[in-house]
Amino acid sequence: MMGIGAGLLVQLVVALMAVIVAVVVPALWRARLGGPLCVLVSAAGCVTGVLAMSGELGGLVVPLALPVDALQFSPDRLGGLFMVVVSGVGVLVSLYGMGSVRGPGASRTSWAALPVFLVGMQLVSASADTLSFLLAWEVMTLASTVLLLANHSNRATVASATIWYSVMSQLSFFFILAGFAVLAAVSGSTGFAAMATVPPGSWEASVAFVLLILGFAGKAELVPLHVWVPKMLPEAPSHVAAAMSGAMVKIGVYGALVVCVRLLPGGPPWWGVLVMILGGVSALYGILQASVSSNLKVLLAYSTTENMGLAFLGVGASMLLRSYAAVPAADAALLASLLLVVSHAAFKTTLFLGAGAVDHATGEMDLDRLGGLGRRLPLTAATFGVASLGAAALPITSGFVAEWMLLQALIHGSRIEGNVVSVAASVAMPMAVAVVALTAGLALLTFVKGYGIAFLARPRSAAASSAQEVPPAMHVSLVAGALSVVVLGLLPGPLAAVIASCVGPDIVPHVRSVGLAGVELPGIGVLLDPVTFLLLTVLVAVPVMVAVVVSARRHRPRRSALPWGGGGSRARPRMQYTATSYAEPLVRVFDDVLKPSRDVQVTHVGESRYLVERVEVEQRVSDVFESRLYRPVLNVAQRFGVLARQAQNGSIHRYLGYSFIAFLTVLIVVSF
Amino acid sequence: MVALVQVVLFVAVAPVLVGVIRQVKARLEGRAGAGIWQPWRDLRKLLRKDPVRAQDSSWMLRAGPVALLVSSLVLCVLLPLVGTLPVPLIPSDLFVIVAVMLVGVVALALVGLDAGTAFGGMGSSRHMTVAALVEPTLLLSVYALSVPAGSSTLALIVQTRLFSPAIIISPVSLLALVALSIAVMAETGRLPVDNPSTHLEVTMLHEAMVLEASGRDLAWLELGSWLKLAALLGLLSNLMVPWGVLTDFSLPGVAFGVVTVVVKVLLLGVVLSVGETFLAKVRLFRVPELLAGSFTLAFLAVTASYLVA
Repeated sequence: MMGIGAGLLVQLVVALMAVIVAVVVPALWRARLGGPLCVLVSAAGCVTGVLAMSGELGGLVVPLALPVDALQFSPDRLGGLFMVVVSGVGVLVSLYGMGSVRGPGASRTSWAALPVFLVGMQLVSASADTLSFLLAWEVMTLASTVLLLANHSNRATVASATIWYSVMSQLSFFFILAGFAVLAAVSGSTGFAAMATVPPGSWEASVAFVLLILGFAGKAELVPLHVWVPKMLPEAPSHVAAAMSGAMVKIGVYGALVVCVRLLPGGPPWWGVLVMILGGVSALYGILQASVSSNLKVLLAYSTTENMGLAFLGVGASMLLRSYAAVPAADAALLASLLLVVSHAAFKTTLFLGAGAVDHATGEMDLDRLGGLGRRLPLTAATFGVASLGAAALPITSGFVAEWMLLQALIHGSRIEGNVVSVAASVAMPMAVAVVALTAGLALLTFVKGYGIAFLARPRSAAASSAQEVPPAMHVSLVAGALSVVVLGLLPGPLAAVIASCVGPDIVPHVRSVGLAGVELPGIGVLLDPVTFLLLTVLVAVPVMVAVVVSARRHRPRRSALPWGGGGSRARPRMQYTATSYAEPLVRVFDDVLKPSRDVQVTHVGESRYLVERVEVEQRVSDVFESRLYRPVLNVAQRFGVLARQAQNGSIHRYLGYSFIAFLTVLIVVSF
Repeated sequence: MVALVQVVLFVAVAPVLVGVIRQVKARLEGRAGAGIWQPWRDLRKLLRKDPVRAQDSSWMLRAGPVALLVSSLVLCVLLPLVGTLPVPLIPSDLFVIVAVMLVGVVALALVGLDAGTAFGGMGSSRHMTVAALVEPTLLLSVYALSVPAGSSTLALIVQTRLFSPAIIISPVSLLALVALSIAVMAETGRLPVDNPSTHLEVTMLHEAMVLEASGRDLAWLELGSWLKLAALLGLLSNLMVPWGVLTDFSLPGVAFGVVTVVVKVLLLGVVLSVGETFLAKVRLFRVPELLAGSFTLAFLAVTASYLVA
């Protein structure tokens, strides 16, 4: 009984120590002492989470002087799972952070805010009532804002990014607060247990559901509340960006799961459809923006929107199918989105850390100016490559298993034993399959572009050609991250069983381990065994490899500057395809959605109309939601601001006049 | 066992298939043609040469072609070509097969980027764009075919069609087959999406990516692509005409299955080459329209299979 409470206490105390150390200790020792303490916080979180996942009860009750209920931190199994996920990311991120001892990521504020951020995320997943949930939520949000601001003195754009982030996160906080308030008013208590008694068919429940899902979607970077993501993540220090994209967005999914699974299970079908639409639109829009982006971190940030969109799509499909009693498929969909969450934590953290390593080595995030890094940063390239495979959902990584399960759930969802469950499901499921398929295809292009342009070919700038491999402390977390991507993908059976036990006892019989750690879903009759699959592939590859070796011995490869050079003898590195040109066909195909602005300037030689001296092409793809949804609102607000400024011009006479008018109005109102 | 037969058979047949396609095309265009064994002779020639590699190229130029070849070989193992007998623990699951195919697609695209020329990058970019846009059609059309079988395992789908042939000529199945054929043409780089027999900048996808490869690198790339074409044509032909496919293991059955699948694939190859002779490549930016059309067909097929059947 004491385990979880003690664990949480350890997390809090060590985090406090880390904050004190960060403030007191001189700069040289900050990373060396603060880093291990942050690792310790995360490790303790992992242990507590595993205890909670194993079904142990208990926790921490913090009485307050205020006239409200005491704060309760006692994670259930699902909370335990998310605590393990965010803590696991925390370990990698803290280790990586120790490697960067200079710069804004190593400032006093930064090292003080990191443990607070980590412990805030852990506490959200441990909360058992609304008050503690919201409190931990705000701690997490504020700490992340502080972390973001670490770089403010060097870059002007940080301030504006932070403002966007603060406003958007307060907006989603407002939605969550309002949603919980509705539920609390109906149930008469702020505890989650009491709230679960609210009947899901009532209109209050629907209002609360919509508000809560919108709020959590904001934290999970879903459209249309995602506009802070592409602004903020590129500005944050890399390990902070990894923590946000790898761990914090999961808290958004956790919140949505708390609502859909714990508080309001069994809602009407349109709830599921709403969540599916939210997820589907986010997935498509996110990956489309990612595929045309040429900044590596922006690309990764948008791809997070895509992955979380898919996770929400899975949750929505599961709700829809459950409302039509297609239980095995519904469970598979839920399981798939949780697998996606776990695997995303692994590969996205690695990708962001890898991008951080590229940044550290070259100081350049623009793909158009990178290239040839595979030769100069071999370990970074390898780990980034493995994580890219995960993000592109290719076998044998964890991303593939998750997407496979999602697709299986979707295509088996519309029928139970040969009978069509409903018209809505038989239109929604094919749509969802199409969305997932297009998303997967575009993700492939995105990560081929990201990896191929940055790590293959020839360097496109001086910074890229003089890159040096990063310090070993960074390698440790990169390698650990890449390994976890592969291991999670090779052992889906045990992983799925553990996740199923965290969701609930009903789902457990629908998952089975089969073969060599493969996974089987007997309810819908599908199985996947990656290890056997890998063995088969190796078997097939052996003759090919023998042929290669034999041939390599007889025919030595020859090196030449460029064999054919694309037909030209002096093909210079800047003639290569860049990230922008790589995505150009796609920009054209999706012209109507992306609305790119293109500017072509041709300078002619002297007086000639035919000889061209130089051509400048500028293409900008802005976020449609920012320019079409938020800008108009901001413009209206600005106009009112200007009007208000005219009313408040600082003249004392005018204020006296206002008081006089107010006084008169009051008198008139009172006299009636 | 059957899987082994399939792999060996398709490695032998794939170059011949390409040879047949080229020969038929040549005859139809009034040329003499190089004979159906020319692809085999090309492979032998390539394997005897020293590969020439760009100085800045990385391990990708060596590993990519092998990855493409292995992915195509795994396709030949898993697809129901000669027979529908499953490999234990590895069903011919649609999504697994598509993922295996995509590994090859990615390997080829990375090889195209690796040499560091504009040409390879261009091919790679176009190739990936087409691959991304094809995927919804590919998945949805097989999804439509999977509805009567109640499973996404391709072997079971072929078996269901073998045992109840009425399914094959149902409108749903026809729609799905048309959509699938377009997707396969796009996926294997045939007309009207890509022209496999030109080396002009405006027309090519595949050839641009393999331009910098030579020697055995090129041999693996070519063989891998041919195998993929043969395997996908084999799948298409078994979905259209499932007769002759082996469902219970027996030696005469294997022999019969081998003969029928070879005949079916070669016939489909002839049809393909005749079709290609009368077809012009569409502009690259019209390809999405073509794919959107095939996607619509596939989507109609899926919804119809639920609501009509």
